[in-house]
Amino acid sequence: MPPVLPTPPCCPLISPATPMPASTFFTEFRAMTGFTGRFFREGFRPRYEWLELLNQCYAIGYQSLPLVGITSFIMGLVLTLRLRPTMVQFGATSWIPVMVGLTIIQELGPIITGLMVAGKVGSSIGAELGSMRVSEQIDAMEVSGTNPFKYLVVTRILAATLMVPILTLLADAVGLGACYLGINLQGVTSVALFTNNILGRLTFGEVLPAVVKTFFFGFAIGLIGCYKGYHASKGTQGVGVAANSAVVLSSLMIFLLDLVAVGVSTAFGLI
Amino acid sequence: MESTVPPAPAAALPTPAPAAEVVLTVAGISKSFGDNHVLKDFSLTLRRGENVVVLGKSGSGKSVLIKCIIGLLKPDAGTITVLGQPVATLSHVALDALRAKVGFLFQSNALYDSMTVRENLLFPLRRHWLADHQGQEDQLVLQALDDVGLPQTIDQLPAELSGGQRKRIALARTLIVPPEIILYDEPTTGLDPVTAREIDQLIRHVQQKYHASSLIISHDMSCVRLTSDRVILLSEGRSYAEGTYAELLASTDPIVHAFFE
Ligand SMILES: Nc1ncnc2c1ncn2[C@@H]1O[C@H](COP(=O)(O)OP(=O)(O)OP(=O)(O)O)[C@@H](O)[C@H]1O
Ligand SMILES: [Mg+2]
Repeated sequence: MPPVLPTPPCCPLISPATPMPASTFFTEFRAMTGFTGRFFREGFRPRYEWLELLNQCYAIGYQSLPLVGITSFIMGLVLTLRLRPTMVQFGATSWIPVMVGLTIIQELGPIITGLMVAGKVGSSIGAELGSMRVSEQIDAMEVSGTNPFKYLVVTRILAATLMVPILTLLADAVGLGACYLGINLQGVTSVALFTNNILGRLTFGEVLPAVVKTFFFGFAIGLIGCYKGYHASKGTQGVGVAANSAVVLSSLMIFLLDLVAVGVSTAFGLI
Repeated sequence: MESTVPPAPAAALPTPAPAAEVVLTVAGISKSFGDNHVLKDFSLTLRRGENVVVLGKSGSGKSVLIKCIIGLLKPDAGTITVLGQPVATLSHVALDALRAKVGFLFQSNALYDSMTVRENLLFPLRRHWLADHQGQEDQLVLQALDDVGLPQTIDQLPAELSGGQRKRIALARTLIVPPEIILYDEPTTGLDPVTAREIDQLIRHVQQKYHASSLIISHDMSCVRLTSDRVILLSEGRSYAEGTYAELLASTDPIVHAFFE
């Protein structure tokens, strides 16, 4: 048994060196809820920062495009090649397109896009806003007659919410293209047959939740990145912590939201 | 302990003109961060065209004071009136309008490091809707850069500039929307003596050119001597002593004297 340390006389129960995780969690949760509330209060009232929103859409969307494209291409290809031997065994090779298609459209496309954007965009939002906070640039904006919350936070959250679904659609397309390529590496299928095979069996109810959840993914990435950066503590260390925790938390959030999405779709009988 | 230089009643001050209108009043403000009582019942007044220097030790709450004046921090008690308007009770819109008339030079410069010098200067201009068209914007930017003697840096990023250059660009950004009051947070700290004196001259030049009032925070005694019409010594969160540079220099109070050694 480890030796029992004597408790300091002033504070017999709670030592400040070991903050209670639960209380920290709830404080953080409350602060984040407040931050979200502020987004809805301030985000939809003039003045609107259209130009900065466009800038952010460009930054978030266009710059994540190569990363999302490459990863979804590889996933589509690998999935097809892996699946093929099993399907051959069962004599069900004609099911490959629809199986891969469903997997990509419903799960892999959204998840991979979400994770990639969380890694690239979440961290950069956290670091950027964090360093702006630390070097008083956010205060400088406020002094220059700008609401920094609207200019920096609202635009980034909206841009992420809008761009993640678009990126996901592109990722789906690239992934399906890679699947088509994978099938053609070991056999021949025409594009028409391939698309018919997938589109003919996909129902609206299967696609809708997959699209809807990507808006939430984007919102979570933007919100968490902005929250962490906007509330970064002073010092260069604060910037690193902001960027790091933005990625970790938003990646985790994507999986949680995915779980919720499955639950909700099941409840509505969409699965 | 009592100051040997009693705070002179504002009306009796010889400089600049006794009748000049008061543009900034800080009345008995207090500000604490937890148990750290930074400002305790601090007061000052600033008149039109006057340069007042607030002198104080590091950590005495000078930056906190001017952040309260510009509304970045809220004092726990007391009132601040800028150009006749009480800062604490203003709406967002009114506060923005007021801030267009008040320049603020950050101690850390706070230049936007993702923007070029030109974009840094354009930011407050566009935000306050001041320039009507592109040509006028460019002209104002060049004018502001000329004022600080750095027109060649217009397309550079802040990271490519030296500390002194950054300070000057920050000053240009502060001055591009012509202010009635300028708050300088340690304009010369960390600069070499030559550059520091140039900044001092710039502060004087700006005061004459715009007939602006300035509140300058500093513990650089040359800066205090060259720029001040009046000096306030902030100690223990209070206005400890007040007078002209010469008056404080002549003081025998040990705390005041310590700054002038
Ligand atoms: N946002 C804040 N939160 C908590 N404490 C703060 C905050 N800002 C300032 N302080 C505290 O207030 C005190 C005064 O800080 P301030 O920055 O005003 O000092 P200063 O007089 O400007 O010093 P310097 O000459 O070094 O710039 C310090 O003890 C600082 O820790
Ligand atoms: Mg300071």
